[in-house]
Amino acid sequence: MQRRWQVNRQLGSLYLMTGLMFLLAGVAFGVLGGLVYLFPQELRDALPFTRLRPLHVSSIVFWILFSSIGGLYLYQIKKDGKNINGYTLGHLQFLLLLTAAVTIMCCYLAGIFGGREYWEYPPALAIPIAVSFLLLGINFYKSVRREKGPWPIYRWMWASGIVFFLLSFSESYLWLLPYFGDHLVRDMAVQWKSYGSLVGSWNMLINGGAFYLMCRLSGDASLARKPLTFFFFFLGLFNLMFNWGHHIYALPVSNTIRYTAYLVSMTELLILGKIIWTWRSSLSDARKNAGLLPYRFLIAADAWIFLNLFMAILMSIPAINLYTHGTHITVAHAMGTTIGINTMLLLASACYACTRYFGGFSAAQLRRIMRGLYLSNGSLLVFWVALIGAGVGKAVLQVQTPDLPHALLMQQLRPWFIAFAISGVGIAAGIAFVALPLLQTLLLRRAKPEQQPQPEKEIYAYE
Amino acid sequence: MRSPTGQLSVYSSLFVAFVLFTGYVYVAEVPAVAMGDRQEIALEGKQLWQQHNCSSCHQLYGLGGYLGPDLTNVVSDKGIPYAKAIIRGGTGTMPNFKLSEQEVTALLAFLEHADKTGKVSREHFRIDSLGQIHAKEVAGE
Repeated sequence: MQRRWQVNRQLGSLYLMTGLMFLLAGVAFGVLGGLVYLFPQELRDALPFTRLRPLHVSSIVFWILFSSIGGLYLYQIKKDGKNINGYTLGHLQFLLLLTAAVTIMCCYLAGIFGGREYWEYPPALAIPIAVSFLLLGINFYKSVRREKGPWPIYRWMWASGIVFFLLSFSESYLWLLPYFGDHLVRDMAVQWKSYGSLVGSWNMLINGGAFYLMCRLSGDASLARKPLTFFFFFLGLFNLMFNWGHHIYALPVSNTIRYTAYLVSMTELLILGKIIWTWRSSLSDARKNAGLLPYRFLIAADAWIFLNLFMAILMSIPAINLYTHGTHITVAHAMGTTIGINTMLLLASACYACTRYFGGFSAAQLRRIMRGLYLSNGSLLVFWVALIGAGVGKAVLQVQTPDLPHALLMQQLRPWFIAFAISGVGIAAGIAFVALPLLQTLLLRRAKPEQQPQPEKEIYAYE
Repeated sequence: MRSPTGQLSVYSSLFVAFVLFTGYVYVAEVPAVAMGDRQEIALEGKQLWQQHNCSSCHQLYGLGGYLGPDLTNVVSDKGIPYAKAIIRGGTGTMPNFKLSEQEVTALLAFLEHADKTGKVSREHFRIDSLGQIHAKEVAGE
């Protein structure tokens, strides 16, 4: 039994460490990308944006995938105390994903492309990624197949994450078939349909870990079984399946697709309403649990959920989307959700895992992590506002002076780019402050034996 | 929704709806673009667009990177000679990709194909009473 614990702790820490390294690489590439925005002519050949952008985006995608799967290996425990029993499959899965990720990074560095936005690598490299998720699915199934009774919500989220990743990842390669690839509009519609679900699928993997954490931190396992929790899970799933059309309002597709997207995205108002309705109790929970390190990251993610959801609902109204689409407002939303929500939730999970399974942090490390949390979130707020400013500026200029050459338009937006490039450095520094102590803990203390059970509040208190 | 059967039923119903909607998206009508004998070369151009990762800086229908302009209607807005000159020589911010004549022709054919699928700038849309947008009818089309 002990060996199984060790196996999954080892696998979990391997995934987390790899994820954290991709996170550090991702923010470093992001800083370089910001520099290119400031000096596009001077850096045109030295730092080609065609390579930097996929390096940045893919690093962050791999951070999300590796660390959320790491959480799955660490937290998916059977009632009888067994973990996922799949030493060989688990390690094979890790190796496949790692090999694909490293090869993809090498391809980008060498300027070898062939895919499409977000998956720019040659399509053959999609095979090891898909197979690794298939193995994850098998491992997950083996761990839950004998479970009796209703599943807690996080298990539904993990299962949905794996299934929909496989479905939508495969769907994103339908362009290889002439029926899809030869028709630009159909191809783009299917591409963005699959991307919408793909993002939803890794959100499910992340949210599964975050929900597990909330149950553990609050000590209230019933949180994962309440009907209201399930209602919002199914609402999220509904949006994963149907809320992708706002990306393609401008594309000449059928009205059914566009109206479906519009209607479905408005159901997010229910989630926004719930956040506002439970705001007072969330605040009192936050005050009560503020001393818990992972909880601090969860609070930060909560604030970003509110801001980005509000923004997403506005952007999903086609009349508003007509002006925000194709501007940096879209980037603000993507960055707000990826850094503010996904990264904060995953860092909460990593802090929890390091404290619970890998020996915790020294006082100096804790101070650095807290500084990093404040620096990254403060900088992200400036970054987010700067991108919205650039987006609004672009939309206004395009409406008022439609014939303005692109180079002049970009020059006028330069003050916003300066703000976002500088705040980008702040985000990167803040994330490094958090990620480095986590990596240190995972590298140095991963062989430590399981600690004696302690009350959660004593384990995670940072002060 | 507490019972496993209830949860499974909701999940299955959503999944069936998802499969049906997916099928609809796959077969829904899209604009037919007549490229005649230039269809093949336009597809070659699409491959080149992907091989050089043009979407990291440029957009089609507002989707892509924002360092460069949207190219959906560059052919009808600026003309083929303009697009050809930029693809051949690059600009202050866009590198010269050193493409062969055949590749330049293929990329132009792809951009021409994209141009024929529809219009992207805001003045080509109208907003209905529900807040949905629709492409304006153009006389003669």
